[in-house]
Amino acid sequence: MRIVIIDDSGLRATVLEEGLREAGYDDIHIVPPRGAFVARLERMAPDVVLMDLGSPSRDTLEEMLTVSRALARPIAMFVDQSDDAMIGAAIDAGVSAYVVDGLRKERVKPVLELAVRRFNAFARMQSELDEARTALADRKIVDRAKSILMNQRSLSEQDAYALLRSSAMNQGKKIVEVAQALITASDLLGGGI
Amino acid sequence: MSDVLRVAFLPLTDVAVLAVARERGFAEEEGIFLDLVRTTSWATLRDRLVYGQVQGAQMLAPLAVAVTLGLSQQPAALAAPYKLNVNGNMLVMAPDFAKALEPDIARRLTDPLGTAHDFAAAIGLWRRKPVIGVVHRFSSHAIMLRYWLASAGIDPDRDVVLRVLPPSLTVEAMRAGEIDGFIAGEPWGSAAIEAGLAETVAIGERIWQRGVEKVLAFRQDWLEANPETVDRLLRALARAAAWCDDPAHHEALAVLLSDPRYVDQPAELIFGALSGRISARLGEAPVANPDFMLFAREATAFPWRSQALWIYSQLVRWGMVAHDAETAARAAAVFRPDIFRRALADSGLPMPGASMKLEGAVSAPMPVGAHRGDLTLGPDRFFDGRIFDPERIEDFLRDFAPQR
Repeated sequence: MRIVIIDDSGLRATVLEEGLREAGYDDIHIVPPRGAFVARLERMAPDVVLMDLGSPSRDTLEEMLTVSRALARPIAMFVDQSDDAMIGAAIDAGVSAYVVDGLRKERVKPVLELAVRRFNAFARMQSELDEARTALADRKIVDRAKSILMNQRSLSEQDAYALLRSSAMNQGKKIVEVAQALITASDLLGGGI
Repeated sequence: MSDVLRVAFLPLTDVAVLAVARERGFAEEEGIFLDLVRTTSWATLRDRLVYGQVQGAQMLAPLAVAVTLGLSQQPAALAAPYKLNVNGNMLVMAPDFAKALEPDIARRLTDPLGTAHDFAAAIGLWRRKPVIGVVHRFSSHAIMLRYWLASAGIDPDRDVVLRVLPPSLTVEAMRAGEIDGFIAGEPWGSAAIEAGLAETVAIGERIWQRGVEKVLAFRQDWLEANPETVDRLLRALARAAAWCDDPAHHEALAVLLSDPRYVDQPAELIFGALSGRISARLGEAPVANPDFMLFAREATAFPWRSQALWIYSQLVRWGMVAHDAETAARAAAVFRPDIFRRALADSGLPMPGASMKLEGAVSAPMPVGAHRGDLTLGPDRFFDGRIFDPERIEDFLRDFAPQR
């Protein structure tokens, strides 16, 4: 079974490809949706095409599936329309799949399930990465606000943090928001550190 | 407690009515929290609607018909009780190609038939088939482009290459030389002109003066099961549409749509289509086109069944579906004037008395029969003067140039 992954994100495609190889599929190709990707895809004659649901190039791909003479057999999205849970999971995970007519659903389902799991894992990885980045940026802001308080009001680091925290609680704001406001005010007053 | 309604859209100027219903509180007044879901392809918008991830979608009118007829992946009966706008498309081509056309742009746009013939001649001068981007096989744009090309004897499937790509990728594709021009909703034509990559060749409004564009589509079963929510949403949209049509609001509307959550393009670019003043070529004064895009006036939002049938007639014409009475009836039933009437019965809006009309028969503003108030329909002529009688589809189809 030849599987083609169309994906902009090299990392996500690799994560998916590794998963498929581990599961014993070995005829896997990654095609980025750029330039003449449609012609490349036609030459490959895939059985299954996996694509990110969020890719703007889905309309281009579907048009090719409609008009291509090279792909004689019709290709449908999702192989078993009766499997609502599977389709829901795929859309939630952001997977779209095109499958050539005649491929048995038992053969396709594991591929799709694996794609859903890998897409979800990739999304989790991304959001953890984003969270980690945000946390780091927040910590830098809070650190800067603390040192402004320590310098200007001769507070210990612990007291500076306690002051930020109680101000945040009183105003119903996040500590990082109060810290940012303090930095802005301090910059405006020319008291930057 | 308000109902949460998820509605999918694409970053285009004609998301205006939905965006305003949410941002100016019209939806909230009706107890609806509008959750607008931005998508980047029509395929994904369609899938989200068909598989129930959203309840409604800002959809290309022909795509709603095509999904219902089973022509675009998983078939599903869709229902469109409300048109979000008419007009708003523009065909732009690279300046190199446009050299072969009438150089005076105002004159070029006023004479679509002449321009179509110039275009046909220009194909011979071009060293290869021109590649024209369209946003979808089942788009108003593609149908209008085909109609216009064919009027000058150009076979859109043989003499040019139509390449499908989403609106947001059109400008990059022009820059990369992958396409020679494209037809799309605003602000994408204006964006290509602003970048010096293209100039206007035709304006949708000059091809069909009141061209059906985006509709609000639901799954039919969901629409039937939630009449009260649908009615409240339509009332909110009707008020939002009136707000959008008011010239005094166009600047604020352009700023609202420029937000990254919506169109994410500069407000000045978006303003052109709203105010009907399009810069058709970089560095030239804008061309006045007061009907470039309509949201509310002339009962714009009313889903005339004859318009669904006109779309159907074009799908038949290009061999995308075979004609029979039963299929035609299913296509017509996608547009739901009955729901529009039910929802807006007490709104004070003028309400057309009929559900079908001749399309392309009005050449000057014309008062028509309405259940309430005064309704004046704007001119809705096709540039070639053809008139579509929904009762006589076969005659209409027979009248077109040699069929394949």
